[in-house]
Amino acid sequence: MNEIVAFISENLTTMYILVLAVYLGMEVISKVPTVLHTPLMSGANAISGVVIVGAIILIRSAEPGDLFVLILGFLGVMLATINIVGGFAVTDRMMGMFKKKKKPEQA
Amino acid sequence: MSTEIIEFIYLICIILFIAGLKRLSRPDTARSGNLLAALGMGLAIAVTLVYPVESSSNNYAWIAAGMALGSVIGLVVAKKVKMTAMPEMVSLFNGLGGACAMFISLVEFNNYPAGTSLLNGQIFAALFALFIGSVSFTGSLIAYGKLQGFLRDSLVIPFPKVVNLLLLLGFFGLSGWFLMQPGIDFSIVLILLAVSLVYGITFVTPIGGGDMPVVISLLNAFTGIGAAAAGLIYGNQVMIVGGILVGASGTILTVMMCNAMNRSLFNVIIGGFSSSGAASGDGREAVVKEATLSDTAILLKYSEKVIFVPGYGLALAQAQHACNELAKLLEAEGVEVKFAIHPVAGRMPGHMNVLLAEADVSYDNLLELEAANKEFPTTDVVVVIGANDVINPAANEDPSSPIFGMPILEVERARNVIVMKRSMSPGYAGIENQLFFGEKTKMLFGDAKKSLKNLVDEVPES
Repeated sequence: MNEIVAFISENLTTMYILVLAVYLGMEVISKVPTVLHTPLMSGANAISGVVIVGAIILIRSAEPGDLFVLILGFLGVMLATINIVGGFAVTDRMMGMFKKKKKPEQA
Repeated sequence: MSTEIIEFIYLICIILFIAGLKRLSRPDTARSGNLLAALGMGLAIAVTLVYPVESSSNNYAWIAAGMALGSVIGLVVAKKVKMTAMPEMVSLFNGLGGACAMFISLVEFNNYPAGTSLLNGQIFAALFALFIGSVSFTGSLIAYGKLQGFLRDSLVIPFPKVVNLLLLLGFFGLSGWFLMQPGIDFSIVLILLAVSLVYGITFVTPIGGGDMPVVISLLNAFTGIGAAAAGLIYGNQVMIVGGILVGASGTILTVMMCNAMNRSLFNVIIGGFSSSGAASGDGREAVVKEATLSDTAILLKYSEKVIFVPGYGLALAQAQHACNELAKLLEAEGVEVKFAIHPVAGRMPGHMNVLLAEADVSYDNLLELEAANKEFPTTDVVVVIGANDVINPAANEDPSSPIFGMPILEVERARNVIVMKRSMSPGYAGIENQLFFGEKTKMLFGDAKKSLKNLVDEVPES
């Protein structure tokens, strides 16, 4: 129990950030037209690939001979990269289609 | 570079994520929003590569290999994927992110110094990341399989509620016991991993294919939370905030989708559509009138206003281009043509808009639910292409119907309704549709793409 209390007091700032980030995430999204739900989901999904940062730290702090960590880290980096690169690329492709539509109307 | 400067750059990344999400939620800025978020991600990765760590062996080769391989796979898949397959693509990408969180927490348990109490935040965060990441991973794969069609809905897990509850209780019980131990017992970690992976499967499998969009959105939120939990292990702000942003926005998106279907999230997850409530005929003479191609062509050509109602059947038949061709042809004949898009048309909200945009349908011709319902009474012909549940009047009339209360496109208010369908089989929700037996309704059976192409040939000759 003491450890938990200690953890809370050490990480109070983090908890503030957590709460505010939850609220911000809900606010930022709340006024989206249905048209954009699919691209938005795909874009947000790419952002969740930020987990790659953890995988990179993990590989960098591993001993060079620690194959267990290196291999799991490598898999993590690779899968998260697919998530990120694929996610952003596919979102851009979708948005490109919408854009093509709007131009002639504005001209 | 010093830690302070890197923490500051992480803050810039977070701002880019927020600005990106904000811009992604408006049509005219969406593309730039995506680029901003990608820029933030690139920056976050770049500074993480130079972040001061204790070990001097950076193992950059391993990182470079992973990123190179991942980039190539990601780019190729993103380029090749058909727009109709977008939901399963998102689901697959999402699962991979979950797997990454899972790997991170496994390593964290492995590296945890012996002789230290397990009752601390890092271990909690790692347990959480392990659970959420694994569930998101296998759950997304199941959702992918269901949407791709190689996992059928008929695949049943006996007593899904009991099984799921037992697995959940098992995970938490075992976690509690695990935390009471003096040190990490890695074999228990592996059992916890197995339980989480299995739970992902049993959690998604009983949910019908029609509810997959909601599930994908939910799993997307899970992955975000998993990333944030992994971030808590390291106290890494960009992971925490980035993950939470996705978790929160994904949850909101999930709720919005449930609202569009007039169901609660709880109902989607626990209940599923029960076929017992399916509306049977209420004694009315159930006779289906079949339309011929030439009837339909003439009807369309001499109408003043035609509204197309595309559903997933259109996407399945890859008929969006043929549909637009027909629309253009009718417009050339002086017919006013519009498209009515139900919020959950396709397999994901907004999916139909993407498909129609791909086929060059003008943005201005798309009507959202309410606007469409206002226009139906003055419409000569409504052409329903592979849609079913979103136009089922039972949602308005029959309280015993499982979809009762879901807002629908009230196509029966138009003067004529042509329904293109492969057969009389009920829709995804497995409910009989009285609209097909309506007085104004005529059915045009066959493959949607073929029928539309035939109409394109037929209309000029009529």
